[in-house]
Amino acid sequence: MRDTLVRADPRSVRQKPGRSQLIRAAVVTVLLLFTLFALPQLLSLYYIDTMTQVAVYSMVTLALGVLAGRVGLVSLGQVAVLAIGAWVAARLLFATTQPYPVILLEAGLITMVAGVVTGLPALRLRGLYLALITLMLAGAITVVLATVNFPNGGHGFLGYNGSLVHIPPIRRPSIASNDPAYFRYAVVVAILMFLLVLAHIKTKPGRAWAAIRQSEPAALAAGINITLYKLWALALASFITGVAGGVLAGAVHYLYSIGFPTQDSITLLAVTLMGGVYSMWGAVVAALLYQFLPALLNNWGVSADWLTILFGLGVLQVLTTAPAGLADQVPRDLARLGRLLRRRLPQSQGQTK
Amino acid sequence: MIEVEGLTVRYGGVTSLDDMNLTFEQGTCGLIGPNGAGKTTFFNVLSGFVRPAAGTVRAFGVDLLSMAHFRRARWGVRRTFQTEQAIEELSVFDNVAMVHEHSRLGASTRRSDVLDAIGFTGLDADAKTPDARVRTLTAGQRRLVEVARAVVGRPRLVLLDEPAAGLPEAETSHLGEVIRAIPEHTGALTILVDHDMSLVSACCATTAVLDFGKLIASGPTAAVLRNDDVIRAYLGVA
Repeated sequence: MRDTLVRADPRSVRQKPGRSQLIRAAVVTVLLLFTLFALPQLLSLYYIDTMTQVAVYSMVTLALGVLAGRVGLVSLGQVAVLAIGAWVAARLLFATTQPYPVILLEAGLITMVAGVVTGLPALRLRGLYLALITLMLAGAITVVLATVNFPNGGHGFLGYNGSLVHIPPIRRPSIASNDPAYFRYAVVVAILMFLLVLAHIKTKPGRAWAAIRQSEPAALAAGINITLYKLWALALASFITGVAGGVLAGAVHYLYSIGFPTQDSITLLAVTLMGGVYSMWGAVVAALLYQFLPALLNNWGVSADWLTILFGLGVLQVLTTAPAGLADQVPRDLARLGRLLRRRLPQSQGQTK
Repeated sequence: MIEVEGLTVRYGGVTSLDDMNLTFEQGTCGLIGPNGAGKTTFFNVLSGFVRPAAGTVRAFGVDLLSMAHFRRARWGVRRTFQTEQAIEELSVFDNVAMVHEHSRLGASTRRSDVLDAIGFTGLDADAKTPDARVRTLTAGQRRLVEVARAVVGRPRLVLLDEPAAGLPEAETSHLGEVIRAIPEHTGALTILVDHDMSLVSACCATTAVLDFGKLIASGPTAAVLRNDDVIRAYLGVA
């Protein structure tokens, strides 16, 4: 039977990047160059700080996207994981003189271990129960952090001294001590995290996650160790969030447990869903919604409380009309609009003649 | 060769497989019976999705039940599903490659093995299909993707759960050709569950019949299909 079939030339399969892939790569490169070099020149310090936060939270929403979009695990505790990363990085930054990238790596790895250990029992659960467990775990971590406090240059294991009058700021890398430079630094770290996720998605773990999300029986039938790959996703998400915590520590200089409320995890999941959990652009859109939009409203004198309503409506809109989020919906609808205009324009030109 | 002895599966108070004893030697073998007879449960036991209450299953001399489910697939137990389960967001190539990369086979032959499996099912008749995402394929092509996943590398046991369900005649005919060629192409013992008796007759030299979890007949397909118990329980009188 095989001889009667016209076989595809094996060399032609999966070898050449398509034209659309090249265009996409060019667009991404231009956007990144603009973000790194032009944006800090164009923005005020207020918006540079805001965009640094966008870079930080794009990593957190990226991690949430890995969990929810790739494996189907819903986490309502990501802000607590971010707090762990920030705590570890702050402690190491006060206690050691290690280079900043090493600190970020250590913060990511320690958060990864903490995330996997706390998330391990939750792996047997799915859906609502998993979300509830992660929320409760986040609550517990927030309570512990409120008790031990963030390091402020004190001594001992916790590095906190409540009687300090002059609290030293958490240091930044020497090459990125001012705000524009630190923004660039945060963007570069975020790019590395996005590349890390991309490297996973395009290879063996990404295929295994796709199988697990669609059908666990099909994944098992393909020989995929589901527990291992779920743990892998959890470890990757925790690592990225831990690194984001490290970048956040340097960005804000001072950390307080009140800055990591448990309910922020819910908002974070909402914006991640709105941005789109299946695409990496969705993480960027989500971070802009989460950090840039409140800053913009604040600058205009509008209360950020309106965002709670806006995000509620946004999630409703996304869940009913665009499960892949704004990152998928907006380009698709713009393309439709373009086609519609192209169809209408020749007609109207014909009528005027 | 697969030898099943005293296999019993219970879901609460319901006995889905009742002291099943069965031996399939080689080639493509049929497993038929009315809905709820226990055919898919039998496949689920072989795949490791269901733990039996009693019994043993030996495949090519190996105690299958002692293996973890995902290890069974790596060892060579492959299957398709009643409701087709090809991974929609991946390409045809990646769907098949995924099975290969989780098997015990090395990466050096992956590309050629995957293309060979895709070619075996005829999915490469259009050169663009291997790179196409599964969600863009027809129902028949998606069934073939599942078959390609089941035959890639070195399967030992290929379980096909109603692969022709809902397919038009032309696609069923092509699928039948593919199924008949599996044992020769891969050396695997193939078990076909289907309600299409012409497909079972065309593909299977040996067939077993389940009814209410009990094996009521087994042997050469033509003889089994003439068996009075089988006609009474499943086929009906024309």
